[in-house]
Amino acid sequence: MAGTSVAPPRVRPRRSGRVRRSKRSRQLHGGPLVYLILGFATLLSIFPFYWSIVAATRSNADINHVPPPFTPGGNLFANFDKALDEADMVQALVNSTIVSVTVAAGTVLCSTLAGFAFAKLRFRGRGALLGITVATMMIPPQLGLIPLFMIMAKLQWVNQLQAVVLPTLVTAFGVFFMRQYLMEALPDELIEAGRVDGASYARIFWSIVVPIARPAMAVLGLLTFMTTWNDFFWPIIALSSSNPTVQVAINSLGGGYVHDQSIILAGTLLGTLPVLVVFGLLGRQIVGGIMQGAVKG
Amino acid sequence: MAAPPPSAPATRFPRWPGFRGRSGSRCQAGTGIPTSRQVWRRGVDAAAPYGFVAPFFVLFVAFGLFPLLYTGYISLHRVRLQNPDEMTWLGLENYTNLWHDPFFWKALRNTFTIGVISTVPQLCMALGLAHLLNRRLRGRTFFRVAILMPYATSVAAATLVFGGLFGRDYGMVNWFLGLFGVDNVDWYNGTWTSQIAVSTIVTWRWVGYNALIYLAAMQAIPHDRYEAAALDGARSWHQFRHVTLPGLRPTIVFTVVVSTIGAMQIFAEPLLLQGGPIGVRGGASHQYQTIGLYMYETGWSNYALGKASAIAWTTFLIILLVIGANALVAGRRSRREIREGR
Repeated sequence: MAGTSVAPPRVRPRRSGRVRRSKRSRQLHGGPLVYLILGFATLLSIFPFYWSIVAATRSNADINHVPPPFTPGGNLFANFDKALDEADMVQALVNSTIVSVTVAAGTVLCSTLAGFAFAKLRFRGRGALLGITVATMMIPPQLGLIPLFMIMAKLQWVNQLQAVVLPTLVTAFGVFFMRQYLMEALPDELIEAGRVDGASYARIFWSIVVPIARPAMAVLGLLTFMTTWNDFFWPIIALSSSNPTVQVAINSLGGGYVHDQSIILAGTLLGTLPVLVVFGLLGRQIVGGIMQGAVKG
Repeated sequence: MAAPPPSAPATRFPRWPGFRGRSGSRCQAGTGIPTSRQVWRRGVDAAAPYGFVAPFFVLFVAFGLFPLLYTGYISLHRVRLQNPDEMTWLGLENYTNLWHDPFFWKALRNTFTIGVISTVPQLCMALGLAHLLNRRLRGRTFFRVAILMPYATSVAAATLVFGGLFGRDYGMVNWFLGLFGVDNVDWYNGTWTSQIAVSTIVTWRWVGYNALIYLAAMQAIPHDRYEAAALDGARSWHQFRHVTLPGLRPTIVFTVVVSTIGAMQIFAEPLLLQGGPIGVRGGASHQYQTIGLYMYETGWSNYALGKASAIAWTTFLIILLVIGANALVAGRRSRREIREGR
């Protein structure tokens, strides 16, 4: 998944790898000061996570202490229990899983289909459609919320999961991401060979494009899963606390009914854990994916 | 379709390479007229690309484009949340009301100040971090994953954690400042302090993400430029200033535009910083209510969907203006550079 240059790949002698490494070695080394600053940045990034673990395992009285505690206590499961009482966390975790998996799968499919067409097929209006797609990346999704809510009310889908799933399937970013990837990764000759063998476009898509696009599809799926899991504005409008996603449940925990920080943070931790686990296991791929998608032209 | 001269070998229709009929013949024997199968096949081929983009565009029109335009239509009416089907034509009244609405101007001002104090330091820090991460490091991947971790949390979770940290009497931030002899700060109730608190959450979540985007762009800068600069005796700082920054310009423009759009949408942080009804107002005296939050309050607390749509549409126009200004500035700079032959 490396190599983000847009230039056509040149055939280079095999030594090039070694040559490049020797160039790398001329890159600046990090001195102790660099490590110090990066260590500090890491600390700042991770501390809030650590603090929510500390807070979730202690009582409210412990937290509201001066100086604050810095080590976990033994109150975790009591707090989890209370958080489960206050907000329907179990239902929320199930709902969020359903919504995020569905949206990730749907987005990956739609984006790969459209990305392939934009990358490799010629058709009238391609430039215009691609322009529209890129332009939509600039439109905040919040602007359509009111009509969306009216549509959902008309369909009687308010407080139903499909109200959250359907509007979020459309990500211009996904189409653009797949297009960039396929333009480089998919040789024209393969498609032509498929055509010569009399394969239909659908057949070419399943047998040639999908296997090649698989790494990018995995990364896009991961990123989409994360953003959907963390989505906030539309779900709190479309759903209520009787059928919540994790974020809606967290919102009702913090909504002033509970003033107990330890319980609020226990619920928050519970809702964040699945994403953190995914991130812990596949962090490298996610970093790679973001860096891949970043280099535009 | 003119028949080819009979001497020609089996006719090829170059526009559909490799077509084979069932019998392997390219057309009805000797006529050069395509069979109905071939016509059908050609139609399918012409339509195929549209089939590929259709799923995306159908969803996009239904849930992206139509709602956006319809927001504009609703904004010209009086619509109440209790009964969204009943629309009364108002013309531009919602917009003139906004013009005279002090809360709207306050929200706009708050959005601007919060946007500036969250975006500018955020992008500067991201640049610095990317510059450090671009060196040869032990544990490179660890650092990259660690600074991206905040991006994996939800706004809601991050805000609830920070909301506690910014507490007036027992918050950790005040305890930490107290070590240096600073009195307890009432983060929630001061205008600047509350906006700094909101901006801190935004910055914490996005610095790592932007740093990685800058890092990716830095790695795409050709190495020989650095080597040329080194030969000219440029030190680290000069290299950064004269090689890295110019190479990053398109990426910086891109992140500024994206962050600006993001800043116009800040909503969950002010809503959840204090939570409850105070959160919907964006603080006791609306001191950190952003435009997104004001739209939410208007629509879902005060049930005025028409006015809320007018707020949304105004936001959209402001965003277009900002992007246009950005594009103008960036375009003029690059044109000037071309003239100066850089």
